[in-house]
Amino acid sequence: MTMQNVGRPTRPEGSTETAGFQSLTGGRGLLQDEPLIFELDGWTKTGVDLPEPEADASDLAGLTRAGLELPGLSEPETMRHYVRLSQKNHAIDLALYPLGSCTMKHNPRLNEKAARMAGFADLHPLAPVGATQGALELMDRLSHWLKTLTGMPAVALSPKAGAHGELCGLLCIKAAHEAAGQGHRRTVLVPTSAHGTNPATAAFVGYNVTEIAQTPDGRVDLADLEAKLGDHVAAIMVTNPNTCGLFERDILDISRLTHAAGAYFYCDGANFNAIVGRVRPGDLGVDAMHINLHKTFSTPHGGGGPGAGPVVLSQALAAFAPAPWVVSGPDGLHLVEEAVDEAASAFGRMSAFHGQMGMFVRAYAYMRSHGADGLRQVAEDAVLNANYIKASLSDVMTPAFPDGPCMHEALFDDSWLDGTGVTTLDFAKAMIDEGFHPMTMYFPLVVHGAMLIEPTETESKRELDRFCHALRSLAATAKLGDVERFKNAPHLAPLRRLDETLAARKPKLTWRPEFPANQ
Amino acid sequence: MRFTKDHEWVVLQGDVATVGITAHAAEQLGDVVFVETPEVGKTVKAGDAFAVVESVKAASDVYAPISGEVIEANGELGSAPETVNASPENGGWFAKVKLSDPSEYEALMDRAAYDAFLATQ
Amino acid sequence: MRYLPLTPSDRAEMLAVIGAPDIDGLFVDVPQAARLAGPVDLQPHAGELEVERELAALAAMNRPAGAGPFFCGAGAYKHHVPATVDHIIQRSEFLTSYTPYQPEIAQGTLQVLFEFQTQVAALTGMDVANASMYDGSTACSEAVLMAKRVNRRGKAVLSGGLHPHYAATTQTIAHAEGMEIVRLPAAIDAEAAVIDAIDDQTACVVVQTPNIFGVVTDVSKIAEAAHAKGALLIVVTTEAVSFGLLRSPGEMGADIAVAEGQSIGNALNYGGPYVGLFACKEKLVRQMPGRLCGETVDADGRRGYVLTLSTREQHIRREKATSNICTNSGLCALAFTIHMTLMGGVGLQQLARINHAKARELKAAVEGAGIEVLTPRFFNEIAVRVKGSAARLVDDLLGQGIVAGVPYSRLDPHAGLDDVLLLAATETTTSEDIAALAAALKAA
Repeated sequence: MTMQNVGRPTRPEGSTETAGFQSLTGGRGLLQDEPLIFELDGWTKTGVDLPEPEADASDLAGLTRAGLELPGLSEPETMRHYVRLSQKNHAIDLALYPLGSCTMKHNPRLNEKAARMAGFADLHPLAPVGATQGALELMDRLSHWLKTLTGMPAVALSPKAGAHGELCGLLCIKAAHEAAGQGHRRTVLVPTSAHGTNPATAAFVGYNVTEIAQTPDGRVDLADLEAKLGDHVAAIMVTNPNTCGLFERDILDISRLTHAAGAYFYCDGANFNAIVGRVRPGDLGVDAMHINLHKTFSTPHGGGGPGAGPVVLSQALAAFAPAPWVVSGPDGLHLVEEAVDEAASAFGRMSAFHGQMGMFVRAYAYMRSHGADGLRQVAEDAVLNANYIKASLSDVMTPAFPDGPCMHEALFDDSWLDGTGVTTLDFAKAMIDEGFHPMTMYFPLVVHGAMLIEPTETESKRELDRFCHALRSLAATAKLGDVERFKNAPHLAPLRRLDETLAARKPKLTWRPEFPANQ
Repeated sequence: MRFTKDHEWVVLQGDVATVGITAHAAEQLGDVVFVETPEVGKTVKAGDAFAVVESVKAASDVYAPISGEVIEANGELGSAPETVNASPENGGWFAKVKLSDPSEYEALMDRAAYDAFLATQ
Repeated sequence: MRYLPLTPSDRAEMLAVIGAPDIDGLFVDVPQAARLAGPVDLQPHAGELEVERELAALAAMNRPAGAGPFFCGAGAYKHHVPATVDHIIQRSEFLTSYTPYQPEIAQGTLQVLFEFQTQVAALTGMDVANASMYDGSTACSEAVLMAKRVNRRGKAVLSGGLHPHYAATTQTIAHAEGMEIVRLPAAIDAEAAVIDAIDDQTACVVVQTPNIFGVVTDVSKIAEAAHAKGALLIVVTTEAVSFGLLRSPGEMGADIAVAEGQSIGNALNYGGPYVGLFACKEKLVRQMPGRLCGETVDADGRRGYVLTLSTREQHIRREKATSNICTNSGLCALAFTIHMTLMGGVGLQQLARINHAKARELKAAVEGAGIEVLTPRFFNEIAVRVKGSAARLVDDLLGQGIVAGVPYSRLDPHAGLDDVLLLAATETTTSEDIAALAAALKAA
């Protein structure tokens, strides 16, 4: 035979011990350390090729700047820099991202494709309406879907995010009260479990905030609500399903009492994804509700926005909606951009132009893909997945509200960690080592050491089982006393725990040449 | 030194009260990262929110334990908020207030009463 | 359904684990009267091809900016965006992540925000910038509220050169907060008129440069006048490319600079999503709204980034927060940062000079067509006076395939400026486009 034994070894050699291994450069294999763009020698470069201008700026003498010190990088350097940075992020496309109340579901790429069609992406907001009929038609169809799904007669599309939608809804309510001679109503009632934006928004429009108590089973305390309602109350702001992941069983009584007291019912629609297609907020007596298109209708979260927060409105509030809106005329669709004449009761304007059109396209594509039947299935699967997690973990973790089903998210408290020396934060950080994004922690505030898990409907049973297995293993480890695993977690992330105290005491908010790198 | 149920302390010298937050409060807050002291010259009523103390995770109002006029604020806390953790009942004082009603001081808890109050929390 | 992984047998198995008889068993808390028996009255689900066809048909009913001569500006600008930008922002790790609550696994987003903040501070000539706002108009209204927090005064003066949508947005929001808004009458070169309106009750003055009529103003004197009365100067810029050529707001004495960042890295998108830039003097940072990213170290002493100074924000302060804002405009800020990184200071300055040169070409051409140009000093946008209604002219020229700018009356119908037309030129405007417009204007 001919001996051919040259070449590379084809099985691992040497010790399998790699703990504590350090590379010589600080890099970690595929995970590269990446400096700031300001440290990449780009001060005199640019990565764009532009022609010489055909005229000078002599007409602007005295008005021009001397220079602009910002680095530029060539295209390959730019690509590599941002691709390396991207690899330091967790994402839905990588693994379960169970942030309660954030609804991190799959983002279909058809929606991205549609939003980039030239007819939508390359359309100027002030192009003549004759050039934008397709955009107005899309806004009209989206409005129809939102109104039909919520059972509400009107919608204001322009708010740019959930909190902006809350603001829009409360401004409608304020305008309606003022128009009815009820401007003395200055109090908004908010449950203790509410998201921070609710009281912040109420205060933003000049209202006082009074908290409503919660019952032991995690719902609005009706007796307390009734006691606090009165001639001074402008509105209640209730999230439904609420931030504990529970449907407000007494919702019809809540709206009846509120209306009887002359107040309006603002519903925070952050959790609409749990009931879309099965329950219409209009049937619950809601007067105004924002819809986070980036949650229920799956427009991408983009590392923290942009979102979109259209607000559906009851008949009582419809006349106060802000400009702009779409109307139909004999020669096509028009956009009412200035509230005059018959629309003079509109309260004003939420922002320049017409809202988050890019998100409207994506949300509408998502709705059309699912259809009326599919959206109902979305709510059912979201609720099923959350209850499956709750059922699968209840023997090792302590559900905050064990009795009855939850809606789209399962809430646990930290009493099961008592005596282990492990906190909710430690547990969450250990999940990072197992490849999962932590759940929402310490929210809602009414539950001690809260862990709020929202799987969404786009997780398979297999992925849920993998997740539950990981959490069960971690829970068992915590109870066995392996505290170090948790206190020092994460061990395997791009960075270990960060010093937030240092960041807040000595804020460094921009790169400056006189600030040397900390490494 | 006297104390309130909101975890402020007061030391009286003549008619000037030095005010801060208690060691217990400082420990509960965690790492203090920012302090907003009251404006000198401001008149405060006992129970008014007159300063703010922030940790990374929480912002808390500090209430004036006694009524009077603010005559001095601890400027050092601006650049060194960590003093509140290091020395809450001494170097980490917030403000000096010229008393308008000395009887308010007498009504506050002494150390034993405050410790007993903490034990009930 | 292609977005739903569960099969009927999965569902049955899971219900058994839960101990619920059927899916309705999980909705028992919904009052009987409010339960829908079946799907609402909307179309059923549709395949990807069908949905794409419907959306393509709607898109085809619009006339994109790139389809021919096009001169709209007035707060949104058509610029070329390098292909790299859209590729990177569609990476899963940026597109499908959320607010960086867990900094250990969000350093990508956080480092981008830190770079973004530094770029925005440099462009505006300010000390610090936040991680972005919804858009320029909401940034403007937030700046006015911030001024009230800083000096505890209740009045804001808005220049007559401020974009009318920005003024309306600010009026709406500030009015709700109980502020008095003095909105000066629209006037083409009126930034200096705000000086007379400043008194010792004034929290801030808001001026825009280049303004809605395209006028470039040195606001230094306004800054002096405002500061003399204890008021803050807020400078608004709707065309971010102008930072490449014009003196920065900080250089001219602004206390707060806000801008629309769409021009850099972002498409027109029929008005949104865009990205608001918000920068201020260092001493005001604790009154700033919105998210902030800051540098720190991890447990091993390695440099990293976190969201910081969050005690200003709604999730901690609740009703005492500086703003109710929860998110920023993350992905649009990313696009801004990538485009800005490609250009650098060198490239942006070049781009700005090209824009300015195009506008000079446009001005000469419309003057040649016998049209009066009203803007004395401009960057890439001019106001012109046409014969009769500018709105009617724009509609007429659309019939000839030309999008001839924005009639001022569309933004502000009551100003009596129906014959004023706003025209913008950018690097995407060709000499042929300009010639076509000039010929059509001459013939009109």
